[in-house]
Amino acid sequence: MAAKIYECIEVIGNKIIENKDFLTDLDRLIGDADHGINMARGYTEVLKTLDQENTDIGAVLKDAGKVLIKTVGGASGPLYGTAYMKAGKVMNGKTEVTAEDAKAMMDAIIGGIKLRGKAEQGEKTMLDSIIPAYEALCAGIDSGKDLKACLDDMCSAAEAGVEYTKTIRATKGRASYLGDRSIGVQDPGATSSLYTLEAIRDFAAKL
Amino acid sequence: MKKLINNVDNVVDEMLNGMIAAHPDYVQRVPGTEVLARTGNKKTDKVVLISGGGSGHEPAHGGFVGLGMLDAAVAGAVFTSPTPDQVYEAIQATECGKGALLIIKNYTGDVMNFEMAADMAGDEDIEVAQVIVADDVAVENSTWTTGRRGIAGTIFVHKIAGAAAEAGKDLAEVKAVAEKVIANVRSMGMAIDACTVPAVGKPSFDLAEDEVEIGIGIHGEPGTHRESISTADQTVDTLLDKILAEGIYAAGDEVAVMVNGMGGTPLSELYICNNRVAAVLADKGIKIAKTIVGNYMTSLDMEGFSITLLKLDDELKAYLNAPADTPAFTQF
Repeated sequence: MAAKIYECIEVIGNKIIENKDFLTDLDRLIGDADHGINMARGYTEVLKTLDQENTDIGAVLKDAGKVLIKTVGGASGPLYGTAYMKAGKVMNGKTEVTAEDAKAMMDAIIGGIKLRGKAEQGEKTMLDSIIPAYEALCAGIDSGKDLKACLDDMCSAAEAGVEYTKTIRATKGRASYLGDRSIGVQDPGATSSLYTLEAIRDFAAKL
Repeated sequence: MKKLINNVDNVVDEMLNGMIAAHPDYVQRVPGTEVLARTGNKKTDKVVLISGGGSGHEPAHGGFVGLGMLDAAVAGAVFTSPTPDQVYEAIQATECGKGALLIIKNYTGDVMNFEMAADMAGDEDIEVAQVIVADDVAVENSTWTTGRRGIAGTIFVHKIAGAAAEAGKDLAEVKAVAEKVIANVRSMGMAIDACTVPAVGKPSFDLAEDEVEIGIGIHGEPGTHRESISTADQTVDTLLDKILAEGIYAAGDEVAVMVNGMGGTPLSELYICNNRVAAVLADKGIKIAKTIVGNYMTSLDMEGFSITLLKLDDELKAYLNAPADTPAFTQF
């Protein structure tokens, strides 16, 4: 049975909404205390407005991106919105995701976020969980592991990436104003990216 | 949390409606948006000035919509940049063929959202330029940060670029004037108590009874360091030292001064601070051409203030002294 892309986004949205307070608390420590609130507002609107029956994965991902850009605000709106739009472009017209699609989506997402955010790995941003996750996903797929195991590796790498953000100082975003005081706190954006990847893994595991 | 609100979700909407009800001759809502645009007096053949950002900084930015300052202000959620579609609505609603200048405070989110809106306007062949205000000397301007924040100095950009636009300058000229202000304006702030974002419900940082936070921004983000509370004079000296260390302001120069309240500090204390600012500048031989004291770029209910200095030349001084008529700033 082909699962609908809406159901996957629903798992992501619910995970973000459930963790709204934790994400906001992290942001309160090194940012401006709104990451969870903004992301939850965006996903609430995404889940309300997306076409639940559409099987064109690309079209639904692009719609989700547009809604996030319109409703999240801050830096997270353009960044997550761009991520969905880029993934949507890769999946244009497709109704299922292959291992190669997963790699191509992650590659496009990273490229889009780097361009929009003018950021690189190691600056205490969402890239610090997404890039290692992408590398682990590729390594797994290229070594012939089945996709579910690869997604586990992907999430473990993202989790390690979030841990890594505790050890570095932010050089992008509002946390960068704190200088060394940003060290010790995990990055809220890297954390919401981890939740996104974990939700995708959990959704795929049930297929 | 004790606040005079009805529902955290309606804070921005009800605030905008209240502003319109108070100032219908100045501002109107662009239908279906969080954009306040100018009513009355509007010339149809001038460069349009658009600013905005997260809410919570009132009267910025809607309070500066009017003659000689802004043509539209875009209000985001509290402390959250407005989204690109909202900024684009502001550009579209005020478009009059002379181009629009976006005045953006330097925050990662604001820059991204306004740039996306500028891309959208470019696709529709609307001429858009942008300037980024980064006046906060508390932040090191280096590759190690996202760059200095835009804070109260933004008001001087609104005033002076607004006067240039009203005088009929073209988009490139108005942008050049705005950039000259940005190059010559520096600010720094401090807090004696944090603000509380309505949707969060608790203070954005915790300070002990005898502690102050130096180098705060305007979003409740913590500052560069904490220290024990001292006198108003000593606090002013701490902020001014950092601003003067920029090396922009020298004996014989003429400056404009803004002593800006963060929202929760009484005017009496702001004047006490300004008393010291005036004395220090006089001592250094820096001439004050104009002083503005009050709540212009606030941070909700934060207690604290910021100091802004702008070095003037004849051009900037003339535009600074030009008439303006807006809900929050009027001079004739």
